[in-house]
Amino acid sequence: MGMFDGIAGFGVTFSTMFKKVVTEEYPLVKKVTAPRYHGRHQLNRHPDGLEKCVGCELCAWACPADAIYVEGGDNTPEARYSPGERYGAIYQINYLRCIGCGLCIEACPTRSLTMTNEYELADDDRQDLIYTKEMLLAPLLPGMEQPPHPMRLGDDEQDYYVQGPEMARQGREQAGEHDLDTDNRAGANVEPGAALVGKGPLAKRGSPEASGATGEGRS
Amino acid sequence: MTQAPEQEAPPVPEGHVRLTIDGQTVDAPKGELLIRTCERLGIVVPRFCDHPLLDPAGACRQCLVEVEMGGRPMPKPQASCTMTVADGMVVKTQHTSPVADKAQQGVMELLLINHPLDCPICDKGGECPLQNQAMSSGRAESRFVEEKRHFAKPLPISDEVLLDRERCVLCQRCTRFSEQIAGDPFIELLERGAHQQIGTEETAWGEGEEFQSYFSGNTIQICPVGALTSASYRFRSRPFDLVSTPGQCEHCASGCSTRRDWRRGGVTRVLAGEDPNVNEEWLCDKGRFAFRYPTSPQRVLAPMVRGDDGELVAVSWIEALERAAELLLAARDGSGPGRVLVGDDGVEAEGDPKKGVGVLPGGRLTVEDAYAYGKFARLALRSNDVDHRARVHSDEELDFLAGHVAGVAPGHVSYAHLEAARTVLCVAFDPEEESPIVFLRLRKASRHGTRVVHVGSWTTPAVAKTGGHLVRVAPGDEPAALDDLPDDVATALGEPGAVVLVGERAAEVPGLLTAVAGLGSRTGARVAWVPRRAGERGGVDAGALPTLLPGARLLTDADAREAVAAVWGVPTLPESPGRDVTAMLRAAADGVLAGLVVGGLEPADLPDPALARAALAEADVVVSLEQVFSEVTGYADVVLPVAPAVNRGGTYRNWEGRDRTFATTIDPGQGSSGRVGGTAAITLPDCRVLDSLAVEMDVDLFTQTPAAAAAELAELGTVAVTPSTPRTRPDSEPAGRAPGTVRLATWRQLLDGGALLAQEPDLPGTARPARLRVAAATAERLGLVAGEPARLHAAEQPGRHAEPDPTLAGLDLVVELADLPEDVVWAPSHVPGASGVTTLAALGLHHGGPVRVTGSAAPESGDQQ
Repeated sequence: MGMFDGIAGFGVTFSTMFKKVVTEEYPLVKKVTAPRYHGRHQLNRHPDGLEKCVGCELCAWACPADAIYVEGGDNTPEARYSPGERYGAIYQINYLRCIGCGLCIEACPTRSLTMTNEYELADDDRQDLIYTKEMLLAPLLPGMEQPPHPMRLGDDEQDYYVQGPEMARQGREQAGEHDLDTDNRAGANVEPGAALVGKGPLAKRGSPEASGATGEGRS
Repeated sequence: MTQAPEQEAPPVPEGHVRLTIDGQTVDAPKGELLIRTCERLGIVVPRFCDHPLLDPAGACRQCLVEVEMGGRPMPKPQASCTMTVADGMVVKTQHTSPVADKAQQGVMELLLINHPLDCPICDKGGECPLQNQAMSSGRAESRFVEEKRHFAKPLPISDEVLLDRERCVLCQRCTRFSEQIAGDPFIELLERGAHQQIGTEETAWGEGEEFQSYFSGNTIQICPVGALTSASYRFRSRPFDLVSTPGQCEHCASGCSTRRDWRRGGVTRVLAGEDPNVNEEWLCDKGRFAFRYPTSPQRVLAPMVRGDDGELVAVSWIEALERAAELLLAARDGSGPGRVLVGDDGVEAEGDPKKGVGVLPGGRLTVEDAYAYGKFARLALRSNDVDHRARVHSDEELDFLAGHVAGVAPGHVSYAHLEAARTVLCVAFDPEEESPIVFLRLRKASRHGTRVVHVGSWTTPAVAKTGGHLVRVAPGDEPAALDDLPDDVATALGEPGAVVLVGERAAEVPGLLTAVAGLGSRTGARVAWVPRRAGERGGVDAGALPTLLPGARLLTDADAREAVAAVWGVPTLPESPGRDVTAMLRAAADGVLAGLVVGGLEPADLPDPALARAALAEADVVVSLEQVFSEVTGYADVVLPVAPAVNRGGTYRNWEGRDRTFATTIDPGQGSSGRVGGTAAITLPDCRVLDSLAVEMDVDLFTQTPAAAAAELAELGTVAVTPSTPRTRPDSEPAGRAPGTVRLATWRQLLDGGALLAQEPDLPGTARPARLRVAAATAERLGLVAGEPARLHAAEQPGRHAEPDPTLAGLDLVVELADLPEDVVWAPSHVPGASGVTTLAALGLHHGGPVRVTGSAAPESGDQQ
């Protein structure tokens, strides 16, 4: 027993005082996620505001947790929600069931369904955790128009898929929104012309490399 | 291992050959296709174009096998779907021959050169023979990297069928179906070589005659790829998300097996079920596409009672049943207020009280429901006033049904008899319009040598497609024509196996059913009655007629009444013969009958719609058992909702007398009523509702379930029927006509705006347009011009209840020339229009009666010529 014994017991304490703090100040400071974090889903839009979802239900079919419910509807000349014949009339994701695996966004043939980095998916009401189409749809960016409206970017849906990404990029550059919220999303899931809802601390993190891997490959 | 003792091979049976397939020795009947022999051995050879009901084509080349004949191998692999078996043949399929396997892989690679890789968005994905066989017989990787061929798509073949030419592998199943089975060549191969494609006249020339077929939907089902898709199913669902339930078609008396695919409480598509004895693998477009009526917003989803304010109010089952029972009891016993008589001097006086309740079940019932209606009328309402014939009818028909239809064994005349017969005579029966699957069987028979003779007024498409033998008669003259048939036809009918088919509209011509019965007994030909609706035959056998008890028992037969009363557990049955439909309606309209219990029928279908409306309005009590809000529910005091065919089980009896039993397709599992997936669901069949209603009236029907009703009907059994000639042969009305009139021939078309076609937007596009048909000479005399509209005028209605609807001064139809007799015009009985269906009956016009026709622009165009 030496005279420093009483102090030596605090050795770990003192040494830890000078290390980097690992505590998350979560509610006050929100954690920045990894760029490809599987957060809340988003239903994207074409640059003119039409929805990308065609109501094919492949996401619901791919879902291992049976968390997605889709009912398709017919576009008519009077009420057009997406290019092409069909649109997702009812779209629901049950976040009580969703396990965030991301199989749904891999299944999506139109890149309509992507995942955002928003992770605050807790609630005290089970009903509120069934997200409906209105809650999942990407907000309208400048230049977008609330559907239903006719196709503005071409004569048929092929024009949207072939020229859409290019038009979206031009639209952004003209609007001077290059560093707006398109760059902050998970790289593989970034969708031109689509916006992220959750801003705040997430909005400042930019990753040009990541956003380079956008969906132009689909031509 | 024990060695089997050497045995002498048994001799080859007569008419067979012996060959070897994949090392197995097999005896096959001469002329059998190699691919069928392989099937019998359980050897699967991939194929696309081969279909057992179509002639061989050898179009896709996917079924290549290696063949050795007489010890010498054939130089190239052979298509097993076109090659017939031969003695001593040695066949090696892909399972034993690398050559056949490589050949099949090569063919698959060729087929896939231009086939898009869009399986995830293709309707066929998941049930696609191409998808499956590309996995089983194809290469994993394609050597073709070039851009695939593109076509504009989808291309509408009809309003219901859409073509995607990129996916087509040119197997020609659809073109062969349209040519060989349906006889409507609406789809054909176009272009040559690499540009070859399926198309219509419109795609070939840029314009074309609009060609309609009642069978176009079958091409969707037999297409082995996703090239032909259904407009009503396109992009709606994936096969693996659906539950497939066997069902029976509720649309006509053909009695087709169907397969109903459904999910989320609603049917997404109907496919033909396989039943070689009835519909083979085919289904008409009405049965295939008219399945959305249960999801109609007009569905009755709760029992309703008319309140003091005259509006129907949804109430509980108990309240509605109590109210209905109370009203019906009062009406039955005549304890309601007496009818008001207005004397010649205008003084009102109270006459005899109205008494009695009539039952009008309608013709769409299952056997069990029809039985329940008949029993309800006899026990709960204590009368024989029940008649399910919501169409033209006569007393002569009642006798014919009792003597020739009721209780006749299923084997009397069947589809097989039609196919085997040397001669079939169709009387007052257009098979394609009235029983499409009977038409397909007649066409198949006529292609194999059966002579199908039609007694009718013009060469309809059905006549043309079954050989074109027409005995042309003016409407009303059919009985005389049957008595004086051409010698060759009369002789042919005397041969064994000959069949006479008579339609339900024969009741409209006085003496015709008597003549048919006489023809049958004179020649020995078998007579069969082919009604239109699914419930007609079941209603006859189950006793939903005023003169017939269940099991073909005559009401006038005291022993029969006693037998039925014993099974029903009552001392006696009402003895006096009941009224038929028209008599009931007339009695109700005249204030004699106090109430009506009405099943699923529309006043427009009745011979005198105005009388029906007057009766419904005049009756003190109207209880309606309905699926949807209809004209009848508008008059009803109590509306009791009943289940559509998909939400219940039961048995339809088709024209052959064959029982077509089906189970519940969609059971919501929520008790009596509820909503599943946004779809209305009432699950109580008519027989259950009537049972509960009878209990409220202190009578037990014991028809709680269709099974219970069927068991009791089976216990009653059927008594032997001795075919008899109808007793009443009314004198033919003299064909005296007012000057300026011609005679009208009319019958209903298959798709004419019926109640079960509601909610189906594309189906009317497949319907034949309503046309006025007339012979060229008559047209000239009347001043009618082909292609121009003409007007049918409402007739004077002597002896009819009410004046014709003043808004219906006439009916405008486009004139088309046809080979009708002189001074005869033909028009469809029901003409769907923008504001609902117009019936000729509402205009006071009927088959064989006089009609006045005027052309719109006749004089001018006549002068120009």
